[in-house]
Amino acid sequence: MSTISTDPHHHADHGHHHPPAGLKRWFYTTNHKDIGTLYLLFALTMFFIGGAMAMVIRAELFQPGLQLVEPAFFNQMTTVHGLIMVFGAVMPAFTGLANWLIPMMIGAPDMALPRMNNWSFWILPFAFAILLMSLFMEGGGPGFGWTFYAPLSTKYSGDSTALFVFSVHIMGISSIMGAINVIVTIFNLRAPGMTWMKMPLFVWTWLITAFLLIAVMPVLAGTVTMVLTDKYFGTSFFDAAGGGDPVLFQHIFWFFGHPEVYIMILPAFGIVSSIVPTFSRKPLFGYASMVYATSSIALLSFLVWAHHMFTTGMPVFAELFFMYCTMLIAVPTGVKVFNWVATMWRGALTFEVPMMFAIAFIVLFTIGGLSGLMLAITPADFQYHDTYFVVAHFHYVLVTGAIFSIIAAAYYWLPKWTGHMYDETLGQWHFWCSLISVNVLFFPMHFVGLAGMPRRIPDYALQFADFNALISIGGFAFGLSQLLFVWLLVKCIKGGPAATSQVWEGAEGLEWQLSSPPPYHSFTTPPDVK
Amino acid sequence: MTAPNHRPLLLKLLLITGGMFGFGYALVPLYDVFCDLTGLNGKTSSMAATADKAVTDLKRQVTIEFLAKPDPKMPWLFQPQTRQIQVHPGEIKLVYYEAENPTQALMVAQAVPSVSPGQAALYFNKMECFCFQRQTLKAGEKLLMPLQFYVDPALPEQFSTITLSYTLYDVTQHSPAAQVAAVYQTGK
Repeated sequence: MSTISTDPHHHADHGHHHPPAGLKRWFYTTNHKDIGTLYLLFALTMFFIGGAMAMVIRAELFQPGLQLVEPAFFNQMTTVHGLIMVFGAVMPAFTGLANWLIPMMIGAPDMALPRMNNWSFWILPFAFAILLMSLFMEGGGPGFGWTFYAPLSTKYSGDSTALFVFSVHIMGISSIMGAINVIVTIFNLRAPGMTWMKMPLFVWTWLITAFLLIAVMPVLAGTVTMVLTDKYFGTSFFDAAGGGDPVLFQHIFWFFGHPEVYIMILPAFGIVSSIVPTFSRKPLFGYASMVYATSSIALLSFLVWAHHMFTTGMPVFAELFFMYCTMLIAVPTGVKVFNWVATMWRGALTFEVPMMFAIAFIVLFTIGGLSGLMLAITPADFQYHDTYFVVAHFHYVLVTGAIFSIIAAAYYWLPKWTGHMYDETLGQWHFWCSLISVNVLFFPMHFVGLAGMPRRIPDYALQFADFNALISIGGFAFGLSQLLFVWLLVKCIKGGPAATSQVWEGAEGLEWQLSSPPPYHSFTTPPDVK
Repeated sequence: MTAPNHRPLLLKLLLITGGMFGFGYALVPLYDVFCDLTGLNGKTSSMAATADKAVTDLKRQVTIEFLAKPDPKMPWLFQPQTRQIQVHPGEIKLVYYEAENPTQALMVAQAVPSVSPGQAALYFNKMECFCFQRQTLKAGEKLLMPLQFYVDPALPEQFSTITLSYTLYDVTQHSPAAQVAAVYQTGK
């Protein structure tokens, strides 16, 4: 082979370098770019399905009283909305970005285990088909909340529980395979000269995320298996009558659950750390401290799970321990926010759509982080627990945090992926509509939560009516705004002004040295890293 | 360039994955050991205590409240005879709970205790308790079930009231002896 093969014409000699035509290309593909695209489109589809469920929830809550749906169906909507958004939208979107970007960022030809890569994507549609079909069963789908607390899920649940358990198993296997692939790729396929501390932060944050995934997804698999055997096979892990303990469920679930929330935010930190320097035309401030901050957040995530359980009656010592550990996480997170702001400080800033979403991320994620600190204070949590304040908190970190970062990433790398610039005006419309509506949607939830409105309830007391109507209007507006994004995506994939290789004036990194769109096989011989 | 061999790293990662699946299950016994040692979660010991070391502390009085409720799926009637008593720490007391099986079939029940506040559980010692064994009642049968206990004089000062709550569960299906008896009963 010749030494330089980034020229796409070089591959014309080799038939197997071209993808097969039609559907087969997508079913059989082992190409990281194809699989990345599949993941991203799948996540977008799930985002709209989960979003439609959120619209049902907000329509029911528009007025007090029961008008549109049965309470049992309402519970199924909150449950499946949560499951779909966590496991179907955010996580696959991040995996899609990892597939597309990590090989290009570290100068690798592809993911290390391409056949497994195909499997980890293609089992996902089956997992979600099972979950969604369970909604049409007699007795309906799972309605015990995405946290499936025992004994709700073990004693008081319908037969759809078995389908729920199997679909979570499949989702877990998919993300574990995806994570293993990321780790092996980063360990073994870095281009010569790409030392650990030269890796782009997106690669670093994903590496740490992947380790979190293989550490806690198996625990989730164990938890759902225990629910399955408790419900159908007579074990008593969580059944007090047989010597088990329902509180044990919460410990095991949140041992998975808390690292899981960092799985959904660490890659977002990587994305923002890529975008902010580009549009500030300055290198990232405090690269090394970003790496250490990410690692310490990941380590601390294993020590804070019981802050979800302050009201279960823990001894004071344990409540203090988990309270202090939780507050400690604000330190590395604060380091990150400081570094992003310092990167922008005296930069030559421009405000294209990816930068707008990244700045919105920094501001709104910080709001979500602050309400998280309030929830971390044990005595205060006794008031906030299971109210809309919690709903406001985790939607600020997951919607204006994780989802905004994914949208920012899509805008940022879309010209690289498609070879076309997106429509900037339409993108700005999408941004401003989303920004305003998302705050109308989630900010008042803080107030109704503090005033005592409980979460996961299809009806509420009259004094919450005005705020809930406002929240619902924000919700519908946010949902409709995302249609602008789809329109923009379709336009950009179909055509548009040709993008240069570097796309953005200040963009640095190996992926920007490839053409836009990059050749089907890139870096078949490793590039030189300066 | 030779392709790197991914297998060793892959195997290590799969090992971690398998190990963490096992760890999820290991949390179950770890949790029980942790609760036994610390008395968290209001779990009292399921072993009978002895009163050798107990010296009655006449200067203090502790209120003990007794609660009882059958599981929602459990048809038995179940209540304490005494709702509330005052005891001196170290003093041995005997109280009774009433149970009645109003159904037409033999049933087996298991009572599961819980002490509130949870931190007081370590100091609540039962010498005899109906919760140590499963209770079997024939159709329509009634039973007075004893509970003999004392409060450890080492109970910290901040606890002036201890609530003992029992939930009664139907364990007939998990009880092989009862199934045999049920067959015998219906056969008659």
